[in-house]
Amino acid sequence: MQVNEKKPLIVAFCCNWCSYAGADLAGNNRLAYPADVKIIRVPCSCRVNPMFILRAFQRGADGVIICGCHPGDCHYTSGNYFTRRRMAMLFSMLDYLGIEKERTRVEWVSAAEGAKFAATMNDFAEKVAALGENKRLEDLRCKK
Amino acid sequence: MQRIGVFVCWCGSNIAGTVDVQAVSDALKNEPGVVFSTNYQYMCSQAGQNMIKDAIKEYRLTGIVVCSCSPRMHEATFRKTAQAAGLNPYMVEIANIREQCSWVHKDIPTGTEKAIILGKAAVAKVNLNAPLTPGESPVTKRALVIGGGIAGIQTALDIADAGFPVDIVETKPTIGGKMAQLDKTFPTLDCAACILTPKMVDVAQNDKIRIFSYSEVQEVKGFVGNFDVKIKKKARYVNEDICTGCGACTEKCPQKNVPNEFNLGMDNRRAIYIPFAQAVPKVATIDPNACNMLKNGKCGVCAKVCAAGAIDYKQQDQIIEEKYGAIVVATGFNPISMEKFDEFAYSQSKDVITSLEFERLTNAAGPTAGKLLRPSDLEHPHTIVFVQCVGSRCAACAEKGKEYCSKICCMYTAKHAMLVRDKYPDTEVYVFYIDVRTPGKNFDEFYRRAVEEYGVHYIKGMVGKVTPEGKKLKVQGSDLIMDEQVHIDADLVVLAAAIEPDKSARPLATMLTASMDTNDFFTEAHPKLRPVESPTAGVFLSGACQGPKDIPETVSQAGAAASKVIGLLAKDKLTGNPCIASPNELMCNGCSSCERVCPYGAITYVDKEFRMPDRTTAIRRVAQVNPAVCQGCGACTVACPSGAMDLRGFASAQIIAEVDAICK
Amino acid sequence: MQKITREVLIEKAASLLNEGVVSGVLGWKQGEFAYDVTPALFTTVDELNEQFVWGDFCGANFSKYLVAHTRKTQSKVLVFLKPCDTYSFNQLLTEHRFDREKVYAVGIPCEGMADVSKVKAIAGEGITAIESTEEGLAVTTLYNDAPVVIAYEDALAERCINCKSKKHVAYDELIGEEGDVLESGRFDQVAALEAMTPDERFAFWQKELSKCIRCNACRDVCPACTCEKCVFNNPVSGAETKAPMGTFEEKMFHIIRAFHVAGRCTDCGECSRVCPQDIPLHLLNRKFIKDINTHYGEYQAGAEVGSRAPLVNYTTNDVEPGDVFERGEENA
Repeated sequence: MQVNEKKPLIVAFCCNWCSYAGADLAGNNRLAYPADVKIIRVPCSCRVNPMFILRAFQRGADGVIICGCHPGDCHYTSGNYFTRRRMAMLFSMLDYLGIEKERTRVEWVSAAEGAKFAATMNDFAEKVAALGENKRLEDLRCKK
Repeated sequence: MQRIGVFVCWCGSNIAGTVDVQAVSDALKNEPGVVFSTNYQYMCSQAGQNMIKDAIKEYRLTGIVVCSCSPRMHEATFRKTAQAAGLNPYMVEIANIREQCSWVHKDIPTGTEKAIILGKAAVAKVNLNAPLTPGESPVTKRALVIGGGIAGIQTALDIADAGFPVDIVETKPTIGGKMAQLDKTFPTLDCAACILTPKMVDVAQNDKIRIFSYSEVQEVKGFVGNFDVKIKKKARYVNEDICTGCGACTEKCPQKNVPNEFNLGMDNRRAIYIPFAQAVPKVATIDPNACNMLKNGKCGVCAKVCAAGAIDYKQQDQIIEEKYGAIVVATGFNPISMEKFDEFAYSQSKDVITSLEFERLTNAAGPTAGKLLRPSDLEHPHTIVFVQCVGSRCAACAEKGKEYCSKICCMYTAKHAMLVRDKYPDTEVYVFYIDVRTPGKNFDEFYRRAVEEYGVHYIKGMVGKVTPEGKKLKVQGSDLIMDEQVHIDADLVVLAAAIEPDKSARPLATMLTASMDTNDFFTEAHPKLRPVESPTAGVFLSGACQGPKDIPETVSQAGAAASKVIGLLAKDKLTGNPCIASPNELMCNGCSSCERVCPYGAITYVDKEFRMPDRTTAIRRVAQVNPAVCQGCGACTVACPSGAMDLRGFASAQIIAEVDAICK
Repeated sequence: MQKITREVLIEKAASLLNEGVVSGVLGWKQGEFAYDVTPALFTTVDELNEQFVWGDFCGANFSKYLVAHTRKTQSKVLVFLKPCDTYSFNQLLTEHRFDREKVYAVGIPCEGMADVSKVKAIAGEGITAIESTEEGLAVTTLYNDAPVVIAYEDALAERCINCKSKKHVAYDELIGEEGDVLESGRFDQVAALEAMTPDERFAFWQKELSKCIRCNACRDVCPACTCEKCVFNNPVSGAETKAPMGTFEEKMFHIIRAFHVAGRCTDCGECSRVCPQDIPLHLLNRKFIKDINTHYGEYQAGAEVGSRAPLVNYTTNDVEPGDVFERGEENA
């Protein structure tokens, strides 16, 4: 293990009804994933404002993942459909600006999918770690 | 500035095993706003809660952070604790350091570091919390039960017994469901009809219960206590109020070759029919796909023979609109299609049947009047092979079948085998099984009687292939205990088909915004602690729509669901969730973006007069949120370009504070 | 060169003022420099005769001005709308941003507006006069004796080269001939960027966005940015900063602004027109429009009043956020 290596920082927005419960289930089943992942509970994935995501990146997050109920299963009927459109557009824009697309992800995780939650986080953390520190959003404007 | 207290729970060793709780409470002591920080073995215990209450009073706390298990577990507990000490319950935030920290991270430095960060995020959030007061909404004291099988019947009876009106909506022309099709029931072997039909009559005679048979739920709006439901009563072309159920029409109808669904197509019914003798309501129904009069206007025999004059060929579908306080889902199950299981020759031979078909074959009211005759030639079968787990307990990757255990098959197969051996001792009965699962009261004794007293041959192993050859069915299987191939020449093969949720469940779940698992079974609010409630408030689960169940279990769950409904309907008012959207009118553009994403129609607009920055007044269109209708998803907050719409309890500033705390 | 003349517009405005149909006219007024034309409110015929201008630098889209103006008055205001302006006009109506009853909209044809940066690039700095002639724009500067004549097509603004429509989608009265919705190559540059590698794209945008001085002109001119209070001016929004500094706002301003107008942006191109640093801001908005067209079906904001913007809409089988990249690349 290398010392002094900055550990990646991942912010996970989880909807209260499915994904947060899925994360709890992962915990109940003791399914490990990196401690780099920090979860923020929101009532629905549609509560996640792109501003929160950009804010996280700006404050040093290396990856941001949004988890919600599977499409069709939203506790609020349609919230995650809006999430899907908003995030598709936002991620596409970040990609257009040349930001690594692996730093952002939307995953649908139900309350019953503790294993999927852990697997998703492991995979995401691994991919984000492989990219190294998030520099591009930081450097989108030259510092002089 | 808030005065925040931090309470770090050890949860025995659940948290303390991987998180240095002392370090966490020490670290959080220095966070802005924190005036008190401590840790304790079990915060949720009486002593722990008292510790919180005392601290709130002693340190004049305005907010508290509990670092403990998931808020889904004990948020409500700690909110009550805070309330008891005079603090607004919404000034409580939970840092989830068990499920999302100590249980998933192995070493103490990592766990401790993360727990501190999660604690900081909660402190940052609670710094921006504001006291919230829930609104109240009235409760419509009427329940809707969707599905009229034994689950729905029992739920409706129990609710009605408590004095509340109940409506049952059943898609079939009669209530009764699957149980009405069964012959005998395990483990007591009393006949299904003998115990079910009196209950059906009770339903019919109960003045608190209305039955909408041959009807479907078309639309559900509203929320707990205040559902607005549209029910489509399909045209049955018979006036229900007049029809006496005499059956004259069903005898005279010239269209005789309609497959009888009640007997699973093993015999025929007429175009006008009453599904079975004890049907409730006992009224005839015309099958529009089979009736010549409805198809081409040529017939009209039933109208001629009906002494009551109940036939009405011009009847239209009718939409009934009703308000309900609670909705119970009791949509039940169906055996899966055997189409994909061609190795058992189901589609090739009439003598390969499902267990439900076998029920009809042995039922006195069935196509063979209860005589066990094989469907192809109506001869008495001398060798019967039962195959267990057809489509149940399949590998996750399998293209066909279900991953779960259908739960009821072991017992009904034992019942079938026992009944055959009892009635026809000359018949040899073989059962191929993977495991025999009989964990119910008197269940294992029942199964052992089949083996020990009735001499049923149980073979551990699966059937690989069934090949029709002449009048015989060549069954080829393996006996795992003897480690050999088994070949049996059978006269009848009975497949214990897996059961799956009724197809109507998925669209219904969407209407109800109730969640489902990957198999389309309804999800319960908590698998152990709230097994009959859906996560969607006001929606309850009864019977096999929630998972495979036998009759005793279904009836007990039906009663449990009823008691939950009664508990809800007994209230005059419901306190709502105060974490709802609220617009800042000064910033609102009135652009309608929020209204367009609101799934509940909670947002409306009013024209209001505003003082403008240049000291003029102007009338502006601004959004209003109905607190009784808003459920607090927050879709509007992101749709709003100006940020005028915010969500109480999950305000943008609070979430940003959490982000900042985590990313510090 | 504009086909319609200043006199026709003044005549129309004067008659409406005289008849009492309107109490004011939103039009263009000469600014400090020849190319500097500024929006103004005219309330008398004399003012119109003295100060009203119309020409190849009258790019300003008046739709947004209606929001503030209709609140101040009970009477009608005349507004001249070029075809592209009418889309913004409709979009604002969709969002209930002004009272249609208080507006008399006159659609006017547009032959495309000149881009001052292009003019300066050819003629040089120190412009003292610009004359619209048959041959093109005759530009006089401090440094040349004879005017430099620039052909119109060489001076045409990018948004006008890629004009999406010569058709007015809203008006009370039309002056001149109605045009058609055009096939334009407005997404070509977006596609060219998409076809680049992420590194190239990053380099492109880093170069462009580094020029930003955060003057907010793009926001202030944008007809979609009519919020009562902009998030960038709101201390509780989490997006505000007071001074340009190496933090959030600097880097994210353009992403958030583009996202806020996504699905609502009519692609009028005002943002790029007013940018003092010539950042091609329309390429951000067009990316969203292109993505929306690709993934959610063709949608032109403002084409009709009351249409549902794509980001407040959904279908149950929308593309997954993880799949937009591949599709985007396919299209490139």
